[in-house]
Amino acid sequence: MRRSRTATFAIGIVGTGLVIIALFVAIATAVAIGEMVIPIDRTVAAFTNRLGLTAITVPRLEEAVIWDYRLARSLVAASCGAGLAISGAILQSLLRNPLAEPYVLGISAGASTGAVSVMLLGFGAGAISLSVGAFGGALAAFAFVVLLSNGRQTADRTILAGVAASQLFNALTSYIVSTSANAEQARSVMFWMLGSFAGVRWPEVTLSASVVVVGLVICIWHARALDAFTFGEDAARSLGIAVQRVRVVLLLVTALMTATMVSMVGAIGFVGLVIPHAARFIVGPGHIRLLPACALVGALFMVVADIVARIVIAPQVLPIGIVTALVGVPFFSVILYRARKAA
Amino acid sequence: MKLASHSVRWLAGRKVIVDSVTLSVAQGQTLGLIGPNGSGKSSLIRLLAGLRLPFEGQVVLDQKSMYRYGLRELARRVALVEQHSATEANVTVMDVVRLGRTPHRSALSPWTGEDDRIVAEALQRVGLQDRRDQFWHTLSGGERQRVQLARALAQSPSVLILDEPTNHLDIQHQIDILKLVTELSLTTIMAIHDLNLAARFCDVIAVLANGRLVASGPPAMILTEELIASVFGVRAHVSTSQHHGRLHIQFLM
Repeated sequence: MRRSRTATFAIGIVGTGLVIIALFVAIATAVAIGEMVIPIDRTVAAFTNRLGLTAITVPRLEEAVIWDYRLARSLVAASCGAGLAISGAILQSLLRNPLAEPYVLGISAGASTGAVSVMLLGFGAGAISLSVGAFGGALAAFAFVVLLSNGRQTADRTILAGVAASQLFNALTSYIVSTSANAEQARSVMFWMLGSFAGVRWPEVTLSASVVVVGLVICIWHARALDAFTFGEDAARSLGIAVQRVRVVLLLVTALMTATMVSMVGAIGFVGLVIPHAARFIVGPGHIRLLPACALVGALFMVVADIVARIVIAPQVLPIGIVTALVGVPFFSVILYRARKAA
Repeated sequence: MKLASHSVRWLAGRKVIVDSVTLSVAQGQTLGLIGPNGSGKSSLIRLLAGLRLPFEGQVVLDQKSMYRYGLRELARRVALVEQHSATEANVTVMDVVRLGRTPHRSALSPWTGEDDRIVAEALQRVGLQDRRDQFWHTLSGGERQRVQLARALAQSPSVLILDEPTNHLDIQHQIDILKLVTELSLTTIMAIHDLNLAARFCDVIAVLANGRLVASGPPAMILTEELIASVFGVRAHVSTSQHHGRLHIQFLM
């Protein structure tokens, strides 16, 4: 029954390889399909041209669509999926709550409020200042949840606090939109709030990818500490973990990742909830494997979800939040049901 | 390793929970902490394990104030088994016991053969070597307590602190756990409810009432009919057992 360590290791390597290949295939698919039909040879050529491997003539518009639009979009989708999944895994472990994730806890709503304030009330502009605004909003929502759950993170209190935070910050966002935006701004903000990868280009790729890589490294550095939280904070402390420091560092990293993603593509729900559970099912609860697994599976899931969003009602694009929610809500119900049985 | 507390005081809000408790346990001794519900046993246990900072006084480990040890340094010397351990995570017995090696490893240092050996030995000690791949949530209360004990042993501590390790266990498992713990040559402190078991397994008894230390010393000196009446409010008859030569306490209703 018990597999040898080498066998487990080999299975791990093969599995990781398969997911990475699947991710590449998904990104290639995302690049190959779209409203503008571009033959596969020109798609490949546009790609290799930009990498400096070939110099085949491709119409400039097609090359721009392939490289600046579709590839950038799918890479941002991959980073977002990875970032949200890692955030979910961290929150679930730190708060010891299987239902925790940025969206459910209202952190995404807080980030939206922050980003919308920057957008409409004009505290500067551009991707960076949007992220800063979102980060501020995410931290405010976090503080709200922690204060409201009264420092005691029992499962139901935390979720209730999260519901209150979502309501409050969504109301604030709507208030800002209805008082400060003109009709066109309001429409675009509403669309952005449902989640959309439209309009992301290479600067967003750089920002989201670097935040995810840095976030993942910091989280993996704390993987053992996260394992030590299995039986709660006192148990972690008695194993020599600096509980307060680890919590603050990891909650900040989570808020930063969530805020960056929300500021770019809006609040996308349920990825942070679904992916960590799926990843745990595959690699088990140890964080040193769980976190990279979340990153890979989350990236794959989001790229595929974006493809679905683009082809279901083509040439129009569904908001990505609709796709993730349609997958996520049934999953959420299953976890809720099982958590109730376990209690 | 010797562990002592010097006039430690701890409050929850404005309520005094632990009031100027001074006690000490010598190397290799087992101290049993007894007292009625709400007498401050669990809080004192947390202070002694270094999980809480006292408002006044200090806990001294081997001549050195506990707060001058680094967190990991302390976790390599003092291990705690809590009264009740719960988790949502789908961990195996092995996963839990391996957590005990946490304070011995830095953030990215690899798992070593030495770690393997210590974990295997800890599992052997509690008799769970054949259950290493079983999931935590499928274990009975007694088995969970033994797994946590194995995890504590995997920390390779000098001092073992247990908060009512026999709670919710049937009598056979209570005796199993206490035998196991007292046969180790570790300095041990445990909160314990059952006075007969305390008398049977502890070298020293400390009695807590309303957060204060009322008495401490060898069981035969401490567990008297007068003390049981005044602290627990129960009439008792204390005699020496013909079977094991230790105290036998019978409660008279």
